[in-house]
Amino acid sequence: MSNYRIQGATGEWEVVIGLEVHAQVTSNSKLFSGAATAFGAEPNTQVSLVDAAMPGMLPVPNRECIRQAVRTGMAVGAVINKWSRFDRKNYFYADLPQGYQISQLYHPLVGEGEIEVILDPKDPEGSTKTIGIERIHVEQDAGKLMHDQHPTMSYVDLNRSGVALMEIVSRPDMRSPAEAGAYLAKLRQILRYVGSCDGNMDQGSMRADVNVSVRRPGEPFGTRTETKNVNSVRFVMAVVESEARRQVDVIESGGTVVQETRLYDPDKNETRSMRSKEDAHDYRYFPDPDLLPLELDDAFLEECRASLPELPDAKRHRYETALGLSAYNANALTADVEVARQFEALLASAAGASGKSEADVAKRVANWLLSEQPGVLNAAGVSSDHPKNTVEANTAIVVATESGLISGSKAKEIFEAYLTTEIDLAAEIEANKQTSDTGAIEAAVDAILAANADKVAEYKGGKENLFGFFVGQTMKAMQGKGNPQLVNQVLKARLA
Amino acid sequence: MTDLTELGVAAIRDGVAKGDFTAVEVAEAFNANVAAAQTALNAFIVATPELAVEAARATDARRAAGQPLGKMGGVPIGMKDLFATKGVQTTAASHILEGFTPEYESTVSQKLWDAGAGMLGKLNLDQFAMGSSNETSYFGNVISPWRRSDGGNAALAPGGSSGGSSTAVAARLAPAATGTDTGGSIRQPAAFTGISGIKPTYGRCSRWGIVAFASSLDQAGPMARDVRDCAIMLEAMAGYDPKDATSLNLPVPEWEAGLSADMKGKKVGIPREYRMDGMDADVAASWDRGIEWLKDAGAEIVEISLPHTKYALPAYYIIAPAEASSNLARYDGVRYGLRDLPDGAGLQDMYAATRAAGFGAEVKRRILIGTYVLSAGFYDAYYTQAQKVRTLISHDFKNAFTQCDVILAPTAPTAAFGLGEKTDDPLSMYLNDVFAVPASLAGLPAMSVPAGLNREGLPLGLQIVGKPFDEQGVLNAGLAIESRAQFSAKPDKWW
Repeated sequence: MSNYRIQGATGEWEVVIGLEVHAQVTSNSKLFSGAATAFGAEPNTQVSLVDAAMPGMLPVPNRECIRQAVRTGMAVGAVINKWSRFDRKNYFYADLPQGYQISQLYHPLVGEGEIEVILDPKDPEGSTKTIGIERIHVEQDAGKLMHDQHPTMSYVDLNRSGVALMEIVSRPDMRSPAEAGAYLAKLRQILRYVGSCDGNMDQGSMRADVNVSVRRPGEPFGTRTETKNVNSVRFVMAVVESEARRQVDVIESGGTVVQETRLYDPDKNETRSMRSKEDAHDYRYFPDPDLLPLELDDAFLEECRASLPELPDAKRHRYETALGLSAYNANALTADVEVARQFEALLASAAGASGKSEADVAKRVANWLLSEQPGVLNAAGVSSDHPKNTVEANTAIVVATESGLISGSKAKEIFEAYLTTEIDLAAEIEANKQTSDTGAIEAAVDAILAANADKVAEYKGGKENLFGFFVGQTMKAMQGKGNPQLVNQVLKARLA
Repeated sequence: MTDLTELGVAAIRDGVAKGDFTAVEVAEAFNANVAAAQTALNAFIVATPELAVEAARATDARRAAGQPLGKMGGVPIGMKDLFATKGVQTTAASHILEGFTPEYESTVSQKLWDAGAGMLGKLNLDQFAMGSSNETSYFGNVISPWRRSDGGNAALAPGGSSGGSSTAVAARLAPAATGTDTGGSIRQPAAFTGISGIKPTYGRCSRWGIVAFASSLDQAGPMARDVRDCAIMLEAMAGYDPKDATSLNLPVPEWEAGLSADMKGKKVGIPREYRMDGMDADVAASWDRGIEWLKDAGAEIVEISLPHTKYALPAYYIIAPAEASSNLARYDGVRYGLRDLPDGAGLQDMYAATRAAGFGAEVKRRILIGTYVLSAGFYDAYYTQAQKVRTLISHDFKNAFTQCDVILAPTAPTAAFGLGEKTDDPLSMYLNDVFAVPASLAGLPAMSVPAGLNREGLPLGLQIVGKPFDEQGVLNAGLAIESRAQFSAKPDKWW
């Protein structure tokens, strides 16, 4: 149970949240036409006769879009309806050429499912919550109006018209901004794993309608509002917070919450009314007579299931049990499918190059990817897709560190130099091999202690934090090549 | 030399193939008739004589080169102006599409051109195919070439919605024409003008590129002088089209080769419920003659029951307008066709002004009906109920076809009526489709063939309804009637 409460003037309130997420299906062509779907094309360059609703044009379902929605349903453990049907949602708007959107009201493709979310991503072993999914259906996206092209007219770009969307409808199971955020993030994670949606919220590939109501804890649901087209996890959380606050204020000042559609203004961090129930459309849904019911056979469903990748929860569990990673690292490495992909590629390569098992090198690879490499990339001022940031280069670094050939700090230094200058990585590693020659280390330590007799005295007088100074000086004198453990050992013996 | 415009599809195809005459001679003869009749009959919205000649030249060139001429080689036809034709204005007889010239060709018309046919022009029709008399066209009424034998000159309806098609074929402006049938729009005009027409099984002809009226009912089909010509042309029009999700993925039978007027071993069902109180005596008599002809052809006559017949028309006038109200939403003034943008108007004002100016009264009536029956609170009472009736009607036919192979009935309750006689009373106009609509709701193949003249000298049609996909059975029963009816009447040329 969530303990999130809104403190009102008259007591505590609980917030109830449901999300309707629109996710653009990853496919080369639109839901009912052969037109392309690439983001950012010139206006009206990806429009077929069907998308422009020319007279006599007919929709033909794109099998790939259906397949992706089915795979998504399977990934959230949902019931797949082998018989579903398309309905027309009728309304007039300039971005809707047909005068109706083809959607699925009465018989959606995917029925009930659920996903489990970790409430605090920093504490993956902490509490989890299961959020119900009511249904997933497929539908057409609309075009886009452009109001800044002409002084008195609006222009229409139909590139998005007819693009396939999945509408993923949750149960009203969330009780705090954090839960809503965690749900959306988890959903995005799953979609990206499945490959059914790229999850690019800033490009509009994924957006959420946020349903919010408040009630006294334990009482029946209150009246909800729906805030449309919220396009980031952070904004969803902000909407829940501000809208719940607004509703509590309305109720406590003697008013009633009106069922309505609202818009979020991120600049002011508030929602405002878009249209109320009174002027809501009557969409006159009815089965689309241009399309036959969608009937899926077992072979198709089997293919969908077989094509599913390892999903995030399973992967996280495997990283902990089979690879022995910490819960935190396992969670961090599986948070995004791209990171997991990088990790697994480097893991396989490093295990092969070092002749060890994946489990033996997993911790080193995980630490390198999560703690060390990001700092190096940052210092070098490059992004992770830098052409020199290859699996081979990372493997060389990780294997050299894992075997004790070079120190961890030397590894970072070398990798940064490799990224920013023209050096031979293998030669550089060879040149920086750390030494375990006790004689050389003892000689270096003795020289440092002799040169810093005053500090030695201070240390012996109780200033023990000077130990780090002696380590640093010794390492510096050895150009970073001294085996740190041995340096420590010798120093401790000499200063004892 | 023979008057080439007296020839039908088969005769033209065979004559061109044999070299009795050239395709260009045929095209020019029909082009001349089209031009001469336009003022009086108004059958065409746009004539395209140059396209007819161009196609004919191609056919003649193929013949000269010894190449095959195609099923419709050398045959010029009229194209109902509901089919999109690339580069030629396509209006659905509405103001809202006036001047609209598609960049694409409908599947059915393309198949006809591929089969060697040429286009004489785009034929007039009821606006958006909504009507039974061709009086709802924005481009004026089509006048039937037929007149009553009472000596009066009353202008008669050619039927609808394919009224331009029926008039063109009956008046020898074209040997054949395309029609579309949603609730009788091929069969009723064929009956009114003494020609043949078949609506195939729903899904036989692709709907791609045909301006939609009611998607679950619309079917294209041929209208021609006789059954053989219909069979030839239907072969050219039919076939699976991946661009239409409701298209039947079945091979196209060789209907012409399968023609036979021998009905031995066949059972013909006579639906009890079609014999209505106060039925027109001439229509009843022609039905009885049809029964005798089919007996004579060897068929066994059985009485059948289609108990839900009386609910067909009300169900049709819910389903068809419901679909139309949605199908016609795309005519909004935004992308093509008419745009009426009053000064200072916003988007909603533009919609209202455009649609008010662009749609005729009957189209508006059906959009209103359709919008109403789909509205929240009325949907279940009307639309859902009508769909249930539709299912029951399909079951009626399914049951009936366990007892018979085809069903025989009149095509329409009366012969052609006068223009203006029913325009003030939409319900009496709708009643004209009472015998045609049940087969449409069930998606069954059905055809009308001429069966004689009534006491006023006007043609009457008989309708044959068949099992799904059994166009052959329908055509053969039609041929059995045609060969016995010996219908040779044609309108006196007064235009």
